[in-house]
Amino acid sequence: MGRVLIYALLALFALYYLMPLFVMITTSLKTLDDIRTGNLISLPHEISFAAWVKAWSTACSGVACNGLKGNFLNSVSFVLPAVVISTLIGAFNGYILTMWRFRGSDVLFTLLLIGCFIPFQVVLLPMAQTLGYLGIANSIAGLIFVHVVYGLAFTTLFFRNFYVTVPPDLTKAARIDGAGFFTIFWRIILPLSPAIIVVSVIWQFTQIWNDFLFGVVFSSGDRQPITVALNNLVNTSTGVKEYNVDMAAAIIAGLPTLFVYIVAGKYFLRGLTAGAVKG
Amino acid sequence: MTETGSAGEPAHPQRRFADYLENALPKIVLGPTLLCALIFVYGFILWTGWLSFTDSKLLPRYELAGIVQYVTLFQNERWWTALGNLAIFGSLFIGVCLVTGLLLAILLDQRIRGEGFLRAIYMYPMALSFIVTGTAWRWILNPGLGLQNLVRQLGFENFTFEWIVTPGMSIYTVVIAGAWQSTGFVMALFLAGLRGVDDSIIKAAQVDGASPTRIYTSIIIPSLRPVFFSSLIILSHIAIKSFDLVMALTGGGPGFSSDLPATFMYTFAFNRNQIGMGAASAMVMLMTVVAILVPLMYAETRRGHHGR
Repeated sequence: MGRVLIYALLALFALYYLMPLFVMITTSLKTLDDIRTGNLISLPHEISFAAWVKAWSTACSGVACNGLKGNFLNSVSFVLPAVVISTLIGAFNGYILTMWRFRGSDVLFTLLLIGCFIPFQVVLLPMAQTLGYLGIANSIAGLIFVHVVYGLAFTTLFFRNFYVTVPPDLTKAARIDGAGFFTIFWRIILPLSPAIIVVSVIWQFTQIWNDFLFGVVFSSGDRQPITVALNNLVNTSTGVKEYNVDMAAAIIAGLPTLFVYIVAGKYFLRGLTAGAVKG
Repeated sequence: MTETGSAGEPAHPQRRFADYLENALPKIVLGPTLLCALIFVYGFILWTGWLSFTDSKLLPRYELAGIVQYVTLFQNERWWTALGNLAIFGSLFIGVCLVTGLLLAILLDQRIRGEGFLRAIYMYPMALSFIVTGTAWRWILNPGLGLQNLVRQLGFENFTFEWIVTPGMSIYTVVIAGAWQSTGFVMALFLAGLRGVDDSIIKAAQVDGASPTRIYTSIIIPSLRPVFFSSLIILSHIAIKSFDLVMALTGGGPGFSSDLPATFMYTFAFNRNQIGMGAASAMVMLMTVVAILVPLMYAETRRGHHGR
């Protein structure tokens, strides 16, 4: 009896968590008439991909009516470099903070970590000015820069916490044999790191792809990332509200991170908890 | 090992330089990151702090004007709404996530078949951006064709659920959507904590005839204190920074009734050309984070030291 209740509760919660995804998918496959005559959980009478086509290539967000495809590519073009750069630098930082510690390096690590906790509102105004001075305001380069700068604290944390568990004897022996800073990194440390690299890449990818704040403040027009474009699309009110297009657009914006979650869920969870124990 | 050169053979200047470089290399490689943190975190906080004491409007100005921005900020009705909403949203969001997360973790910890599958379902919202979550829930909660319409079609014709368009209620829809997205994460933390509880203590309690409920309330849940702390830290951090979700779900509306400090800051600094006031509100947000997180973290680390 007790077990039946447990399973029933778990199933109920599962339904609740799946409901929005179900509603998004079915709504995106309906026609507007179908939406008006049916209800939230009714299945589409006939499956139509028109809303998807429109969301991708002709829906209006703001004044432009080119769909989300340009913004999707924008996101790809700054997310990938930002993820790679911040992960690489984070790996070096973690390596130094564990294997090449020097006087004061722990204090520096703490100073760096605090960067994880500030509300970013407190850096927006100076950063907007600085990007202007650097000549990279409203550009892909500017977004890469911002995401790398504010992602470093997290990636450094991941790699540092991972390398702390590597036995120091491993590198000590290599140092006695005369191996240098980079040799040890490439030959000994990096081959140990695939798992933590995956964790860092997934974490950074999810964070940067899903970012809205930096995107909306530091870019405009056709340079905007997909999250900002999605929000504009939903808030653009010209004539009839096309919920099916909104839902298709939302799924398009969520698909890359959802895909990563499905194929690499294990690492995704590890990244979340690693980020969680930062305190 | 760098000392060996000076012991017997004469030191080669080249070698010494190489040694020096080898020693300095870690600091050189770490340097740019530290410089970034110093400038873009600490420097920018000071910069924003300075702006908050100026009379900046459309463009930043740097002549100090005293605390005038803070005075106007705290005379602004909209700012008080935002603070009040943060209190409502923060406490409910954290409360719902903690309670539901713990409940789900305990349920999942009962040797459940298909645990991995269920866990994946509870956690997938974490992979979505708050903008996607907000867009989805905005459609679900809209009174015209959403949930209200569905329940009415099911036969409850007087059912009304219009929170999302009702001033004073719209902030609660932000709680609904926010909790939907973040509960799975808290559940994962609690589940990891439950798996770490010492089995022998539980066995001993069972031998003594303690009921399962008793074991949970007096042994297992108290031992999850560190997980409560870290969840609390993370959730309050999410709550104070909340911006995207409100923008996508309600746009701060109706009117400005569901504004949070983060949306207030954005509106004043970037849409209304009130840079000074935007900076002041950002500084108040920072101080709120410090005021909440520092005691929590202090309590947690102190506890950690006692434990070990």
